[in-house]
Amino acid sequence: MSEQLTFTYTIDGDDFTRAGEASSSVKNKLKMLGVSSDAIRKVAIAMYEGEINMVIHAEGGTISVSVSDDAVTMVLADRGPGIPDIDKAMQEGYSTAREDVRSLGFGAGMGLPNMKRFTDEMQIDTVIGEGTTITMKVYL
Amino acid sequence: MDKNKFMRSVRLKESACQGCINCIKHCPTQAIRVHNGKAHIIDKFCIDCGRCIQSCPHHAKIAVYDPLSVINNFKYTVALPAPSLYAQYNNLTNVDIVLNALLRLGFDDVYEVSAAAELVSEASREYIKEHRDEAPFISSACPSVIRLIRVKFPSLISRLLPIKAPVEVAAEIARARAMEKTGLKPEEIGIIFISPCPSKVSYAKSPLGIEKSSIDNVVAIKDIYPLLLPHMRHDESQLSHLSHSGRIGIGWSSAGGESAGLFSDNYLAADGIVNILRVLEELEDEKLHGLIFVELNACDGGCVGGTLTVENAYIAATKTKRLVKYQPVSKNHLADNPELKNVYWADDVEYEPVFRLGSTFKESLKMMNDVESLTARFPGLDCGSCGAPTCQTLAEDIVRGDATPNDCIYVLRANIADLSRKIEDLTVNRKGKDSLTEEESQLLDSYIRTLTAELASFGVPSRSGKGDTE
Repeated sequence: MSEQLTFTYTIDGDDFTRAGEASSSVKNKLKMLGVSSDAIRKVAIAMYEGEINMVIHAEGGTISVSVSDDAVTMVLADRGPGIPDIDKAMQEGYSTAREDVRSLGFGAGMGLPNMKRFTDEMQIDTVIGEGTTITMKVYL
Repeated sequence: MDKNKFMRSVRLKESACQGCINCIKHCPTQAIRVHNGKAHIIDKFCIDCGRCIQSCPHHAKIAVYDPLSVINNFKYTVALPAPSLYAQYNNLTNVDIVLNALLRLGFDDVYEVSAAAELVSEASREYIKEHRDEAPFISSACPSVIRLIRVKFPSLISRLLPIKAPVEVAAEIARARAMEKTGLKPEEIGIIFISPCPSKVSYAKSPLGIEKSSIDNVVAIKDIYPLLLPHMRHDESQLSHLSHSGRIGIGWSSAGGESAGLFSDNYLAADGIVNILRVLEELEDEKLHGLIFVELNACDGGCVGGTLTVENAYIAATKTKRLVKYQPVSKNHLADNPELKNVYWADDVEYEPVFRLGSTFKESLKMMNDVESLTARFPGLDCGSCGAPTCQTLAEDIVRGDATPNDCIYVLRANIADLSRKIEDLTVNRKGKDSLTEEESQLLDSYIRTLTAELASFGVPSRSGKGDTE
């Protein structure tokens, strides 16, 4: 079996100052692996958006990032409220973020669209009241 | 590989090094290790920022630069004073006081780096205007910033403003003018930069963005500062008029000065290596929006905070503001400087993946797996006792073959405890029973040998250091 590497991160809810730490850590590891800067950029942006979403909507969660020969796979799992209408959530500019969050410059409704744009595969599994799991893949 | 590629001007004065961990903890690129009681700088990781010089309590980190006596190597010398030189002096009302003193000190002519800075500002304004949709651009004047981006931020290399640093532009113009004036050959003319920092010393020897620098030697502001004092005459009627730069040029010495020369509000100016690392991370992740220019200075406060300066950086910044208060905005224009053949970089800066673990992706992946499992074995205290700045870096060093797990005092202690227990099992618990069998005796022997070996491989190294610089 080919070599695979998995990193897991716990994301705290409601702490904006720490959002981005996990994506920054992954970025540094990918640089040490010699992954192309284009792929690193895609992973970093998609993961950062995901992290912010978890902080804003789901009081945190866990992210596991697996690196294999051909892809970086990110699985973002939370126990938040779930997404009632995925199609709507995927629209650019659509946001359900609270006013105080928006005043910080977040909640512009670009999170999920950016995650989709910067990854090669994205799947959303959500159950209302139980949580959401987003799986994203960036090919190497 | 070009042996000059990772040349650095920050060095270790071995006799002064006590083997403490202050420098390894402050190094922004984790380029220093302490082994056998002495610090070692890893060439390819070092970006010459000088932070270790500031953080070493024993003054064991030093900068190498040239002595003023280099002016005797040339028939004709031109001093290139950095604008930060002016800010070292109290109550300076006129830059000519410093420039005339430089001539009395022995230079044949002076050309202000601040004059060239105004040309760089003009070229930058034009370049940014023409390439607006590629913004934001990152300033390329600080050599440590370029080196940092070259090893850590490959995706940002294309954002570096491909324009020569002011000191390089100054050196080219100064040499051309000196040749014109004296009729001497280029090698007979010495272009000597008076520098606030060691990274410009490395730059002059191994520049990035161009093949060869026009700077011949680099001397330190802190050496020149006291030598100029007795030559400074404040009676303005006695001074030749030599200064030729305005607010923009002289303002380059402090953080924000370069940005001010661009006449745009959409800029960010960060100073201090820790702050600029954060800015570069955020730029890389595209978290910063609406910027056209990002000015980064590795030293706190900008060039006035360089390790080869004398005055407090913030006092120096205020003095600079006072000095330029009644100066015109700019006194230099590209059109008036035909000596300057090309203000742009001639070479590309290439990514140097020095932090990559293996030579292939597969190998790196395997090595990183090992790093992860090793890191999990370490206590996570980042105590530095092993000589590496963090548990993670120790793990990386081990995987690269430069350290062993026993360098971790906690791993060593666990190993010793384990061996002691085995010895105890063999001996203490057997009291009153028969003597050891041949096999048990051999086992005991091997335990004791291992214990001795493990203890011998680790310890507080001797403090007596020989040799001076590495």
